[in-house]
Amino acid sequence: MIQLVSFYIFASIVIASAAMVIFARNPVHSVLWLIVAFFNAAGLMVLIGAEFIAMLLVIVYVGAVAVLFLFVVMMLDIDFAELRAGFVKNVPLGLLLAVVLAPELVLGIGAYQAGAVTLGTPEAGAATVSAAVPNIEAIGGLLYSKYVFMFETAGLILLVAMVGAIVLTHRKSHGTRGQSISSQVQRRPEDATRNVNQPVGQGIEL
Amino acid sequence: MTSFFQTLGMSYEAAWFTATIAGILLIALPLMLAVALIIYAERKLWAAFALRRGPNVVGPFGVLQSFADGLKVFLQETIIPSASNRGLFLIAPIITFTVALMAWAVIPFADGVVLSNINVGLLYILAISSLGVYGVVIAGWASNSKYPFYSAMRAAAQMISYEVSIGFILICIVLWAGTFNVGGIVEGQRGHIFGFINAYAFNPLLFPIAIMFLISSMAETARAPFDLTEAESELVAGYQTEYSSMAFALFWLGEYANVLLMCALNAILFWGGYLPPVDWAPLYAVPGIIWFLAKILLMFFVFAWVKATVPRYRYDQLMRLGWKIFLPISLFWVFLVSGYLMFTGHFA
Repeated sequence: MIQLVSFYIFASIVIASAAMVIFARNPVHSVLWLIVAFFNAAGLMVLIGAEFIAMLLVIVYVGAVAVLFLFVVMMLDIDFAELRAGFVKNVPLGLLLAVVLAPELVLGIGAYQAGAVTLGTPEAGAATVSAAVPNIEAIGGLLYSKYVFMFETAGLILLVAMVGAIVLTHRKSHGTRGQSISSQVQRRPEDATRNVNQPVGQGIEL
Repeated sequence: MTSFFQTLGMSYEAAWFTATIAGILLIALPLMLAVALIIYAERKLWAAFALRRGPNVVGPFGVLQSFADGLKVFLQETIIPSASNRGLFLIAPIITFTVALMAWAVIPFADGVVLSNINVGLLYILAISSLGVYGVVIAGWASNSKYPFYSAMRAAAQMISYEVSIGFILICIVLWAGTFNVGGIVEGQRGHIFGFINAYAFNPLLFPIAIMFLISSMAETARAPFDLTEAESELVAGYQTEYSSMAFALFWLGEYANVLLMCALNAILFWGGYLPPVDWAPLYAVPGIIWFLAKILLMFFVFAWVKATVPRYRYDQLMRLGWKIFLPISLFWVFLVSGYLMFTGHFA
């Protein structure tokens, strides 16, 4: 009963907020609706018993990715008139996309109704995990034994992507003076101040 | 508690529902009271550090000062700037406040006394604390004003930076405890050192990260010396600049609820949570919640002490500390701790 009610609440909020992502006029509102959608999707994952994935979804997407989205979108200077002008220009492209996507959707639903695809593995048969094992241990057990190469490859790809991003954005800046942190830390009061007993009526050598 | 409601003749689901609601109220209401008293305690502490008297007019020793402040704020007019984004402007303090309460769901107050005993408790806390930034960021943007916006940008960058090292520190603890369950982590500390000291912090390998976690938790709650989001000499009052009345009070309450949460986390992860400091039978006569509250208050004293004595960091120093010092050290510590545990056959 509670599961059913919460499923319908989560699911309808996910769909409604996903629609609002598209319909919201203001990009910042769009990102916020996207966050609501992520959050409720995590709720759905909890309902099917994948609490680890749910927490990862919240930590990675809501906690990090969406914050950076918001960070960027908030700094945009939005001109609504220009946005609407772009709409007319991009209508043909949008229609083309819709034409491509519609058959895929129909095909997808048809394939789903025809039954699931059985994914083969080299050792034949999908890996099975008993339901009593906690989520994290089950995923860890599989990732670090059976799928260790795929896991390492994913890590390597991420590393390459990270190095790529740094290489693309890192520029030697000319004409700016950087800070020397160690000299700031080592600075002592004696280096910066001087006690003088100045006689009255005389100027001071600075 | 569910079984108690079942004995009253409810079905299991109705009993579970009532028990959960009752549990939420049992945590949230005392927490609000605790926040009011802790604000008073902190003002008294700062006063003592600065050789002042602090609040001493309302009630005996000024204990009722926070309630008087609350009443005053409640009676003030709520001002919504005309250029602000009205809906988001009002939602932002609600988000901050709600998120500050949510994480308490998985905190064990005594052996088995926890609202939700889930396997991914620590991840849940990490997830919820990463949501806290939204209240500040939305408030800064919706105010449509310069200073709050700067503050929001700073808050976003600051909280993301320190969450990374907090994540690595939590991994060290999880490796040692072997579980993500918060209660399990507390139990893992029973007799951790020489079989009778109940705390991870006295472990030489974990003590440095206990210090790092303390500093990171101050940065995560944007408290002095890391309170750059509301640095009054630069940003007026940061993201709170345009807020008045109850909306402002909600930020205030949420901030202190977060501080208490971080104190509780410090106590749970490194100082044995609800366990007495030493594994000695007579000490268990004192209920676990007393030990837990005592540890929270001790951590809070440290927080207040730091806020009263340490000058504010510069923004670039804050970022440097987070990314260039804490991140490499905590990453290295994950390697060190897992290596040690592997070497000593902890995982066998």
